[in-house]
Amino acid sequence: MQRIGVFVCWCGSNIAATVDVKQVAETLKSEPGVVFAADYQYMCSEAGQNLIKDAIRDHKLTGVVICSCSPRMHEATFRKTAAAAGLNPYMVEIANIREQCSWIHKDKAVATEKAIILGRAAIAKVHLNAPLTPGESPVTKRALVIGGGIAGIQTALDIAEAGFPVDIVEKQPTIGGKMAQLDKTFPTLDCAACILTPKMVDAAQHENIHIYAYSEVEEVKGFVGNFSVTIRKKARMVDPVKCTGCGLCTEKCPMKKVPNEFNLGMNNRSAIYIPFAQAVPKVATIDPAYCIKMKTGKCGLCSTVCEAGAIDYTQQDELVEEQYGAIVVATGYNPIKLDQFDEFAYAQSPDVITSLEFERLTNAAGPTAGTLLRPSDGKHPHTIVFVQCVGSRCDGGKGKSYCSKICCMYTAKHAMLTREKYPDTDVYVFYIDVRTPGKNFDEFYRRAVEEYGVHYIKGMVGKVAPQADGTLLVQGSDLIENRQLRLNADLVVLAAAIEPDASARPLATKLTASMDTNDFFTEAHPKLRPVESPTAGIFLSGACQGPKDIPETVSQASAAAAKVIGLLVKDKLKGNPCVAHSNEMMCNGCSSCEKVCPYGAITYVDKEFRMPDRTTAIRRVASVNPAVCQGCGACTVACPSGAMDLNGFSNSQIMAEVDAICK
Amino acid sequence: MSDTKRLKEQILAISGVNPRKCMKCGKCSGACPAYDEMEYHPHQFVAMVEDGRIDQLLASDSLWMCLSCFACVERCPRQVEPAHLIEGVRLALIRQQNQNHLHAEDIPPKLNDALPQQAIVSAYRKYSK
Repeated sequence: MQRIGVFVCWCGSNIAATVDVKQVAETLKSEPGVVFAADYQYMCSEAGQNLIKDAIRDHKLTGVVICSCSPRMHEATFRKTAAAAGLNPYMVEIANIREQCSWIHKDKAVATEKAIILGRAAIAKVHLNAPLTPGESPVTKRALVIGGGIAGIQTALDIAEAGFPVDIVEKQPTIGGKMAQLDKTFPTLDCAACILTPKMVDAAQHENIHIYAYSEVEEVKGFVGNFSVTIRKKARMVDPVKCTGCGLCTEKCPMKKVPNEFNLGMNNRSAIYIPFAQAVPKVATIDPAYCIKMKTGKCGLCSTVCEAGAIDYTQQDELVEEQYGAIVVATGYNPIKLDQFDEFAYAQSPDVITSLEFERLTNAAGPTAGTLLRPSDGKHPHTIVFVQCVGSRCDGGKGKSYCSKICCMYTAKHAMLTREKYPDTDVYVFYIDVRTPGKNFDEFYRRAVEEYGVHYIKGMVGKVAPQADGTLLVQGSDLIENRQLRLNADLVVLAAAIEPDASARPLATKLTASMDTNDFFTEAHPKLRPVESPTAGIFLSGACQGPKDIPETVSQASAAAAKVIGLLVKDKLKGNPCVAHSNEMMCNGCSSCEKVCPYGAITYVDKEFRMPDRTTAIRRVASVNPAVCQGCGACTVACPSGAMDLNGFSNSQIMAEVDAICK
Repeated sequence: MSDTKRLKEQILAISGVNPRKCMKCGKCSGACPAYDEMEYHPHQFVAMVEDGRIDQLLASDSLWMCLSCFACVERCPRQVEPAHLIEGVRLALIRQQNQNHLHAEDIPPKLNDALPQQAIVSAYRKYSK
């Protein structure tokens, strides 16, 4: 028989105003096994904790029941208290008489009765509690960052600076991500390349950073502190060690009509290419879909001109397996496809472009060398219409329900820069709301209006129609003036909504990391744990978690790095002892548990058993890896033979609680 | 319930539109080909029904200027469907006009021997509410 102490907390008036705490303590004192019962104003205070410690010592308690707030709030506190008094912390049970009782009831008599029942259930459970000891697992002191945009680069640099080795896996031939495609950045208008490319070089040259460019994560096994990741290094057909990045091959390549994805298809590149001049690593890559040699076997010109002898047409994808303690997701975003939005004539007219295309049109390294020219005829546009919220804030099938967050600011930037460089251009911005919460953001937008004379129109464009004279008829509403506007524009720029990169969803499955309905990664807590995934050891950096601008992305990237460093400095991780285990004699090897386990903690092993008739038999039984198991209990429910059980929440404990409540 | 409130509920029930979903972007009015002919524009229909200013809409010719081309329905990012709401206001008006308050007790004095019994019954069905 356990010797149980019951401690009823008033929580000031939170509990005591609705529950007769004295009566609860008094009634529970007569429960079997209870040798001590007390109530106190604030059980979590130092005095309250001392009350518990003294009772454990004086009354030789073997179990403790705290009737207080939710275990989410103070279970850890009271377990520490018990441990300090020499009691196993897992001999403490919480009866939640605040959130599940006093806060939701008004009638004191009813609430008191319920509090007693909840206390009784906890006492019934403690009778079956057994001391538990958490296991320990070692930590591999190396981190993996998936995605080499500004988020991934910043996270990797911060972790590397703290002295831990980091690998960056980037699926494109170069790191840099979306920021490498931008022209200037708001609100200070520094040139994106000027602030990004030094960081790219820093990452490449850092002794603790290894970059797997043109590579993808193939498989993830293991658990926090002990991940094993298979990385697919895609065949570039170029030896990255020998290639000097001279670019001669790209000049001589006869296949020059490949849409250049770096310029969003607004000009062409060759089949062997280096995405842009500051690419890191600066190594050529052969595009097998267009390479004449790869397709027909004839050509080989790049191999002939390459003085380094780096071209290798026989190169195959290579799989490497690496060990990591922590994984950071930094997979970023993409603008959505606009084929659902016919009214803006994006597909009909080359002069209707997205904002990211506009960035390339104004970028000195872009298809027009930075001169703003219409894609259709290469002429200077005199009237430009920007349309905001294209596909953002949509309810239903088309577009996204959320605000893409960055568009108001980059549109103000585009409008301002256009007026600055081409004062003879009329610039109109159709907006629903201008959202500029950020340091110096609203001042920036007001400058576009007040100093640069950008015409901001409250309303939405309903139709864009290409005209015979090559202009675009833009019809939209001006809600302030209560009129319908018709403008003849030379160029229409659509602020397309942004969505998570398509690679995020399959990656989340590999990592068993949760996502929301929009495919953004879910954080462990929206306010208090914003850079961690609920899956231990997985961290979130940048726009993969939600739309973000550069300042916010960099902040989050550094925050994620801090969390990773906090994990990697530990030599060993203490596990959660409340994990599942299988009774091998009862297990029938059906695999039901393995199928429902969301963490991949269950494997099946063939084991030799001594049978009743003194023969031995080999049976297939479930085995739980306690370091991976998160104690969710799905397997205990799925197991048809009752072999699976959860430490601290065993089937018999739960039944005892139910019995106590139904008594 | 006030008459305005009843009328509003009737219009919302007929049209199936929830005007509170509107985020006042004005895309409906930006798309409307009949905009210049209208005193009240599609986005105003949505706001005015929600606000209970329905009498003004009932009295306005704007009601009959809507072509029911459904450009607004197609383009509304919030799926408010202004054209369905305008149709709801039209139907509410038509139903009001048909209420000529024929009550059962009004019938005996109007009876005429030459009138077939069936015509009296169908008139009652048609004109009483």
